[in-house]
Amino acid sequence: MADNNLSFVRTEMLQGQTPPLGERGIVRWIRLNLMATPIDAILTVFAIFLLAWFVPPMINWLFVQASWSGADRAVCATVSQGGTQPEGWSGACWAYVNANFNQFMYGRYPQEQHWRVNIVGIMFVVLLIPLLIPRIPFKSANAIVFFFVFPIVAFFLLVGGWFGLPYIETATWGGLLVTLVLSFVGISVSLPLGIVLALGRRSKMPIIKMLCVVFIEMVRGIPLVTVLFMASYMLPLFLPPGVTFDKFLRALIGVALFASAYMAEVVRGGLQAIPKGQYEGADSLGLSYWQKTGLIILPQALKMVIPGIVNTFIGLFKDTSLVSIISMFDLLGTVRQHFNDANWASPQTPISGLIFAGFVFWIFCFGMSRYSIFMERRLDTGHKR
Amino acid sequence: MKNFVLKSVLGVSALLLLASAASAGTLEDVKKKGFLQCGVNTGLAGFAAPNDKGEWSGFDVDYCRAVAAAIFGDATKVKFTPLSAKDRLPALQSGEIDVLIRNTTWTLSRDSQGFDFTGVNYYDGQGFMINAKKLSGINSALQLSGASVCVQAGTTTELNLADYFKANKMEYNPVVFEKLEEVNAAYDAGRCDVYTTDQSGLYAIRLTLSAPDDHVVLPEIISKEPLGPVVRQGDSQWAHVIRWVHYALLTAEELGITKANVQELTKSDSPEIKRVLGQEANTKLGVDLGLTNDWVVNIVKAVGNYGEVFESNIGSGSKLKIARGINAQWSKGGLQYAMPIR
Repeated sequence: MADNNLSFVRTEMLQGQTPPLGERGIVRWIRLNLMATPIDAILTVFAIFLLAWFVPPMINWLFVQASWSGADRAVCATVSQGGTQPEGWSGACWAYVNANFNQFMYGRYPQEQHWRVNIVGIMFVVLLIPLLIPRIPFKSANAIVFFFVFPIVAFFLLVGGWFGLPYIETATWGGLLVTLVLSFVGISVSLPLGIVLALGRRSKMPIIKMLCVVFIEMVRGIPLVTVLFMASYMLPLFLPPGVTFDKFLRALIGVALFASAYMAEVVRGGLQAIPKGQYEGADSLGLSYWQKTGLIILPQALKMVIPGIVNTFIGLFKDTSLVSIISMFDLLGTVRQHFNDANWASPQTPISGLIFAGFVFWIFCFGMSRYSIFMERRLDTGHKR
Repeated sequence: MKNFVLKSVLGVSALLLLASAASAGTLEDVKKKGFLQCGVNTGLAGFAAPNDKGEWSGFDVDYCRAVAAAIFGDATKVKFTPLSAKDRLPALQSGEIDVLIRNTTWTLSRDSQGFDFTGVNYYDGQGFMINAKKLSGINSALQLSGASVCVQAGTTTELNLADYFKANKMEYNPVVFEKLEEVNAAYDAGRCDVYTTDQSGLYAIRLTLSAPDDHVVLPEIISKEPLGPVVRQGDSQWAHVIRWVHYALLTAEELGITKANVQELTKSDSPEIKRVLGQEANTKLGVDLGLTNDWVVNIVKAVGNYGEVFESNIGSGSKLKIARGINAQWSKGGLQYAMPIR
């Protein structure tokens, strides 16, 4: 049989055809992700309608119609409301945020001294960023500067009264400055103190254990509002006349202790989740209590409770708004306080101010949350189940 | 619960008051400190609110400045402590502030719980505002039977409202909110027919409505809200200073002494003006009060007279445009009546 008569055998490979339209590109993606089942399809259509109904007016209100600058409420009110905008106008009043921006950032901190706050802010960012990026060396030196040197420098700069800087009362502080100072101190005190309290609560020494349990349960049993109210109005009544200490300091201490109690319980959750074998293994190596805790237990426990810790941080960050109960004004308090300025009162003012405050809070909380996810992934050694 | 906390604070403070009564008078303390610590509202349009430059301004704020001017001859020697309704009286009692000028209603219970009111700088009262377009034909609160009323929770306003409708045998439907902004938004959106709060507040709220011209404030006033400065009980010298600063402002208006002409009028021949401005020979009026003889000059130079303070902060010179009404001088049909300075 002749071998050369195999005309039906192809000499080259058949080229792959492009898949049918429904199986490639954007159509496939839409089919799989948006229209997989009839119910999905209905939901997709519904969601598109919802977005179409909601987003354009929102963008229109937030940006297109918004009034960006101006001297007083006239730019944010229609003619019949006593302003200059045409009838039926509705848009965000960013002019209000713009005009009060310094107030929202610094409160009533004297204008000509704002540079002091700015320097502290720049120092904070410059020190914090290398601390957060794992690749950058000198971590321990950086941490020492950030947690010990920086607060002292910041204190002298912000409060003043030394080196020819005028003394600035904390009663004039406000806005984002108060929010950030409260949460920085709250966060950097509550984590170490919380760890100590958690270890104390699991200690076998009865007195230490009792003290820690009493502290944690007592603080967790009282609302923060009550703590702040007591600290600022009851405490002075018990001190001898003439002895006062700063209201802001009292609020700081209150917030820090309060957050510590919550932090202690989060850390304790981590300590309890470590298998007993880890403790016993460390003991069998002959490690001391502190070696065991510092080298074996805490690194594992803290890693496990990162979501809980960051949750507490974010909660603390937002709880700082409660200081308005004792007439200290954080970002939200300052924004709300300025609603009452008759020069800016208009139908659009409150909502614009609240959106601005919400946006600033969101930036910080979202930042913390993303960083915690990054840290969790980086430290993941397969302990996740 | 809130009431309980407040009462216990007041109870403890009353005890401590006995202990601290022995210390020096507030006037001496203030002079020694070099500034006046004045408690004001955290934010009430026209009365006390920080402006976009971060300075306090308002009717009550000008009263604080007037007191500082009377004591130091310098209206800038005052520090403001913003206080919420809850913490204003404990703050005064604990000595954190020297005087409370924060639209505080003069009531018997407050007067008898360790505080002294030194006068009434603004006669307020609870009123009603309606959408005249929607409810045309209504021109009296007595026609509001069956209306839904927007009101802020936990205020005396809510109680006054219930009393008023019950006394007049009318039905109403309260729409209650916790926060002021929520009440404003609900009223603006038409969720209720009537908005009730203090009349001075109604004018401020009108500024935030989408169609302010459609809304009218009804003439009825259903409660008396005499607002005035408060001091701690048991320091009559200090109470006198605050009281007479108020009378000085009123007297200045009565005599036509204004911010602009006060310097000129110190050379006036009128015996009354001379006496008030401390230009009489051998006068001791100001010194006896614990101040200087030119205290009225200092006050008027700093903030103007009562009429000027009123008009620039809440009257025709402001965005609120509140009419003088019962806050006019007694000679013009109002209730403001200054005791003679002599």
